[in-house]
Amino acid sequence: MIRFDRVAKRYPPGIDALSALSFEMAAGDMLIVSGHSGAGKSTLIKLIAAIEKPTSGAVLVAGQNVGGLARSALPFLRRRLGLVLQDQKLLFDRSVFENVMLPLTITGFPPKEATRRVHAALDKVGLAAREKALPIALSGGEQQRLAIARAVVSRPALLLADEPTAHLDAETATDVARIFQEFHRAGVTVLIATYDGHLFPDARTLRLDHGQSVS
Amino acid sequence: MNIWLHHHRSALRMALRRLISTPLATLLSLLAIGIALTLPAGGQMLLNNIRPLVGNTSATPQISVFMATDAGRDAANELGTRLKKHPLVKQQQFLPREDTLQRMRANAGLREVIDVLPDNPFPDAFIVTARNERPTTLDAIVDEFRQWPKVAHVQLDSAWARRLEALLHLGRNAIILLGGLLATGLIAITFNIIRMQVLTHRAEIEVSQLLGATNRFIRRPFLYFGALLGLGGGITAWLMIAAAAWWLRAPLGDLLLLYDFNFVLQPLSLTDSAMLLGAATGLGWLGALLSLGQHLRHPCTLG
Repeated sequence: MIRFDRVAKRYPPGIDALSALSFEMAAGDMLIVSGHSGAGKSTLIKLIAAIEKPTSGAVLVAGQNVGGLARSALPFLRRRLGLVLQDQKLLFDRSVFENVMLPLTITGFPPKEATRRVHAALDKVGLAAREKALPIALSGGEQQRLAIARAVVSRPALLLADEPTAHLDAETATDVARIFQEFHRAGVTVLIATYDGHLFPDARTLRLDHGQSVS
Repeated sequence: MNIWLHHHRSALRMALRRLISTPLATLLSLLAIGIALTLPAGGQMLLNNIRPLVGNTSATPQISVFMATDAGRDAANELGTRLKKHPLVKQQQFLPREDTLQRMRANAGLREVIDVLPDNPFPDAFIVTARNERPTTLDAIVDEFRQWPKVAHVQLDSAWARRLEALLHLGRNAIILLGGLLATGLIAITFNIIRMQVLTHRAEIEVSQLLGATNRFIRRPFLYFGALLGLGGGITAWLMIAAAAWWLRAPLGDLLLLYDFNFVLQPLSLTDSAMLLGAATGLGWLGALLSLGQHLRHPCTLG
């Protein structure tokens, strides 16, 4: 599903976020990318979602070199991904329901079917009762779960999450981790960047240190 | 097709919601656009009102040839033949003096005067259209006709009509110029408003891009926003013009009645109204398009 082939990413003025990183991940896998802050975890996720382009090397997602995609092709790559970024990028002027609806609106889902799917996604993360609330009224854990619901509502085959349990208390973090494990069990390929690797004891781990894989 | 329609409907709804959510800003924008459009559209309305006043008189120069009152019908016929043969005469129309008398008596004020006169005071006349409209040629023809026997008076009666026609032409050009300037102004206004909109909705644009929205999808509500602002401005302008026309109708009618014109100020014609609204909508859309080209050029610049 995902293959990194000697991928390097250098930010000006010469800071190497990733250098010569190679790894592979099969469809249906769950991979934890761990490492200290600044190890390159976020960069790795941004490369997969084509938010950043690699300086050298190839990033392949489902056999497609995403670094070489034309800008007009990016939307169609991103529609196949579920993306939970560190900064969750919720829209605070829209209700919980509308936030989760957004990906389906973008892809032009028929409204009736879309509504059903939004309810299903909210139900899955335990926010069914809060659909009319504004994100500002949600707790940190609830906001994170909202971001997850939005990422999975279009039922992507690949779910990417950057520090989904950061700033959450232990109990809430376990709760959020459980949601990801459920998606994995349902057949979704899940890649999570986290310093909290112990939350996912069964998953394969890719340890990063200064942009390089250490094992 | 269905999805496409759905996308457009929801973009339109979103644009409307954004307009309504900031009522004061929207109102001020509509006023700015409306006032900018009022000038050229109002000018067009005035021009259309003046044109019929001129329309009765042909702007192609006509020469009136009046015969002497004692000339007699034979002399008139002879002159008619002579005019017909003249190489520079394109068309000629004979006005028998009896007809002229009838026509003049139709005017109530003149009838009393005419009735006290012993004889028909009007001569036989010809109205001649020349083949060539150059002033020098016309002057030469007029001079030539004056030499002919039994011709009492020759008059080139196009001068004032031509002057007015030139004035109208100038007016039309001035309105085109004004329209062009203010259209540019309108584009500038929407350009700036859409820039503000893009900044306000930065987060939403960014999130949409991350979720796989195409540029087209992101632009759509902004384009509708610009078009709706333009349309709203057009309607504002139309209303202002209609109000001004209503306000000025009576005093203007009174004024022109003093000059013997029976004048009723007509509001903007249907065609002109449609053109005003269409142009306003189109310009708003164009301003938005230009602004988006400028401000959404780098779509996925995320930290």
